[in-house]
Amino acid sequence: MSTERPPLPDGLVAIVKRDCPTCVLVEPVLQALGGGGLHVYSQDDPTFPADLHASDDTDLTVSYHWDIETVPTLLRIVDGEEAERIVGWSREEWETFTGVEHLGPDLPDWRPGCGSLSVDPTRADELRARFSASGLRSRRIDFADLEDEFEAMYDRGWSDGLPVIPPTEARVARMLEGTDRAADDVVTIVPPDLVECTVEKVAVNAVMAGCLPEYLPVVLTALEAACTSEFNMHGLLATTFFSGPIVVVNGPIRKRIGMNDGVNALGQGNRANATIGRALQLVVRNVGGGKPGGVDRATMGSPGKLGWCFPEQEEGSPLTPLSVSRGVDAGVDAVTLFAGQGPQAIIDQKSRTAESLARTFAACLRSVAHPKLCIKIDAMLVISPEHGRVLADDGWDRARLEGRLAELLTLDSDELIAGADGITEGLPEGFAGMELPKFRDGGLLICHAGGGAGLFSAIIGGWVNGEEGSDPVTREIA
Amino acid sequence: MSANTVLDPTSERSVAERALLERPTSLDGKVVGLLDISKPRGNVFLDRVEEGLRSRGAADVLRFAKPTYTKPAPVDLRHEIATKCDLIIEALAD
Repeated sequence: MSTERPPLPDGLVAIVKRDCPTCVLVEPVLQALGGGGLHVYSQDDPTFPADLHASDDTDLTVSYHWDIETVPTLLRIVDGEEAERIVGWSREEWETFTGVEHLGPDLPDWRPGCGSLSVDPTRADELRARFSASGLRSRRIDFADLEDEFEAMYDRGWSDGLPVIPPTEARVARMLEGTDRAADDVVTIVPPDLVECTVEKVAVNAVMAGCLPEYLPVVLTALEAACTSEFNMHGLLATTFFSGPIVVVNGPIRKRIGMNDGVNALGQGNRANATIGRALQLVVRNVGGGKPGGVDRATMGSPGKLGWCFPEQEEGSPLTPLSVSRGVDAGVDAVTLFAGQGPQAIIDQKSRTAESLARTFAACLRSVAHPKLCIKIDAMLVISPEHGRVLADDGWDRARLEGRLAELLTLDSDELIAGADGITEGLPEGFAGMELPKFRDGGLLICHAGGGAGLFSAIIGGWVNGEEGSDPVTREIA
Repeated sequence: MSANTVLDPTSERSVAERALLERPTSLDGKVVGLLDISKPRGNVFLDRVEEGLRSRGAADVLRFAKPTYTKPAPVDLRHEIATKCDLIIEALAD
């Protein structure tokens, strides 16, 4: 199958369809121009216009490749290339374009054209698959007519347990419209099998996850961030710990693709939130080969490992956005990958001062992983709008909050050593007699999200950080 | 392109078909399929094979045939066999 643009003859070329009232209206004009060498292509009926012997473009090859959006379209072809075009009917335009006077004297002066069949929504996917998807390199897998395709995909182990959408050529080609990157461009090396993963393979899995094409840039960037050595997707997958990759999205793209940063922002119910994180996990599963019970050795896991992505609510937040705090310019789209567990609620319905609320945050944050463990595990604090307002009312910004939390979470190590408080878990004896931070510098990530009602915030505990674990990674969305 | 053709989402390091099942140790109660690849007189040979299988405890023997021996069995036929049979003998005769 060719995706080459078919040549058009030099001179005037008209693309029409009988189903278009404007094309029917200008039939006598086309016939008048026919004597002067006008060449007509018909999208639906080569016997139209009468007596002109129109070329058959019912398979829309010409219309698709010459980007015809409206019929009638009149093209001037010079040396095989388009010199100019007009669309619809305007006597004045047509006379200027053709150099012929008194065209269609009985016709109205002007009529808009109709949509070209090559951009008809019911045909566009099939055409894109026919003309552009032939470059897709993934192995084709046929299902039997009597085979249920959803069951067939389960049988092949492609699902995380929930149904996946069949990644047909047409769907994958449409998904690839979401990025300017070439389908065969290698995005990254995906663990645990360390497989080169192309944009096409990401698109296949994004289709299966339920993504729309406009989510694809977020998925691609999230995958790149996850597969860095700092984030350590391999270790995060293989660990017996609960954690999985959490994607926090910042920047205008949140709104453009319809993400939910409001009511139930960390929960279900929004397509973008639900499918972006799932697409990332499906790539790790299907391309990387990382499956529970295989390399994924989680003792219990977490429901968030189906995929967890949410946007920060930047509007009305007392805090600079998380991405900005991590070095990205304001207003630039970015993802932050965090190796996190599930959300743990903080209830504080009485604090009306930032200081009191910060003390609540600190008391709850101290319990991350274990009240006697520190430094080695990061955490994310998701502040709700109502708690955010308490901070804002006292004029606290990100720096003030982070500074105060660092003070409040500076711990007396005598309380942390093994055996203290009757608990064997704890630090070695040698750490006695000093002050230690609960979180390493930069180990507490704070963002803002949620519905407008509820004096609650959330802690998302992390996994072990640094060389033996995962460091959060923030990337601008390309 | 059929709506039933999808793009492989995996690394394509393993074959698209699923792994072979374990070989059965006896024919007792098993439904056996005989796939005639459609070479001349293959059916004569397969009739005798069917007799032998039935006398050795097979619960049933179902007969299938490829449209032509020069091409792989159509995916629908493979699915029908997989649905109906416990085991299949692809029977080549010439």
